[in-house]
Amino acid sequence: MNVTRGFTGRPRVHNAGLPPGQYDAGDDWPVLSAEVTPDLTPADWNLRIDGLVAEPRTWDWEQAHALPASAYEGDIHCVTSWSKFGVRFGGVSLDTFLDAVRPDPSATHAVAYAHTGYSANLPLADLTGGRAWIVWDYDGLPLPAEHGGPARLIVPHLYFWKSTKWIAGIRVLDHDEPGFWERNGYHARGNPWEEQRYSGD
Amino acid sequence: MTETTTFVPPSRFAVPGRIAVDTQTATTWQTATLTEIRRETPNAATFRFAVPAWAGHLPGQHLMLRLTAGDGYVAQRHYSIASSPDDSGHIELTLDHVDGGEVSGWFHTVARPGDSVEVRGPLSGFFAWPGDRAALLVGAGSGVVPLMSMLRHHRARSLDVPLRLLVSARSPEELIYAREYGAETTTVFTRAAPDGVPVGRMTAAHVEPLMAEAPPGGWEAYICGSNAFAEHASRLLVTAGQPVDRIRIERFG
Repeated sequence: MNVTRGFTGRPRVHNAGLPPGQYDAGDDWPVLSAEVTPDLTPADWNLRIDGLVAEPRTWDWEQAHALPASAYEGDIHCVTSWSKFGVRFGGVSLDTFLDAVRPDPSATHAVAYAHTGYSANLPLADLTGGRAWIVWDYDGLPLPAEHGGPARLIVPHLYFWKSTKWIAGIRVLDHDEPGFWERNGYHARGNPWEEQRYSGD
Repeated sequence: MTETTTFVPPSRFAVPGRIAVDTQTATTWQTATLTEIRRETPNAATFRFAVPAWAGHLPGQHLMLRLTAGDGYVAQRHYSIASSPDDSGHIELTLDHVDGGEVSGWFHTVARPGDSVEVRGPLSGFFAWPGDRAALLVGAGSGVVPLMSMLRHHRARSLDVPLRLLVSARSPEELIYAREYGAETTTVFTRAAPDGVPVGRMTAAHVEPLMAEAPPGGWEAYICGSNAFAEHASRLLVTAGQPVDRIRIERFG
């Protein structure tokens, strides 16, 4: 252990919800995106799920909102080392969308892509079983554009760059295909509890 | 059936081309020894480190830095690299003293030459400029730090691709690297300015002349600052005609 002379850190209580190397951002919600925030309205937005599925499909805003509502209430963790506790997102479980398109039994991975062109790869197992959502509400209000509104993917058990903003589609694959940040040095999976921040971690 | 099609973005927004990152160096923690502290403004100082095994970086890249307390508590933060790649085994970071900041607080009140910290990097190839394309750099506050690495690189290598810097600060006293700017730089002061210089936020009037002198092939634009600044500046650039897929943004705060 390389102790830094004179460094004590800020006063802290043990927080079992904080993954290694993370700090509690409190009320802040930093914006981390490398692109120009798009002017994307609900009328422009749609979600396509295709690839290795029985019935590729596209939902528009109205069609997606007609699906059974589902909410996530819990924590989120950004690779840049902040975590945010007790956030509340409202939308639809990704299981609902995937059940409609019926992924092929050979499917193992997916690429989530944004209306801006940004993409992230994910094992299919991280997107199913009630662990991922398409959301449009944050704390009961419409999701702000800079945080991915009108709608984004959330996969809260992984670092938040996997929770693609301005979600446009999910392509189901039978192999792993690195997304934008993964090609730029970030980890293929991004589990905060394993500190999978960068490629090679 | 195997899906092999490469994803094509469904909209007019596109992802800028990537720059390769060495993932091996990015995952190894190295000891960085503080060799020098230079005050830049009342609130910002530059910290120079010896990192003998530093593999080099591209201007604009950042690193992760960690401090370890006696009880094992670790604090880590991303910081942009301020120095140009110069093969000297040294790197420089310029840090604001953030109110209540546990890492910046240590740097500004405890750190002295001879202290060591740990760093890993360089990280991410997105907000990086190897010096190959005409660059329009727009920054505010300490957002100028990665842009200064680009400007210093441009000078150190005597590059002939055009480079322009538009930098915003609250006042001349708070303008980081004030002594280093030359003819390539336009300054904007938002709260206080020297006599005869207008005070106010960055506007289309600052951006349009730079867009008008874009070289053939256009600018690669790099914006760094607070999120509010990045939103404002990126809209100004898009309105002035800069393609969205040629704007790279680094936001903080």
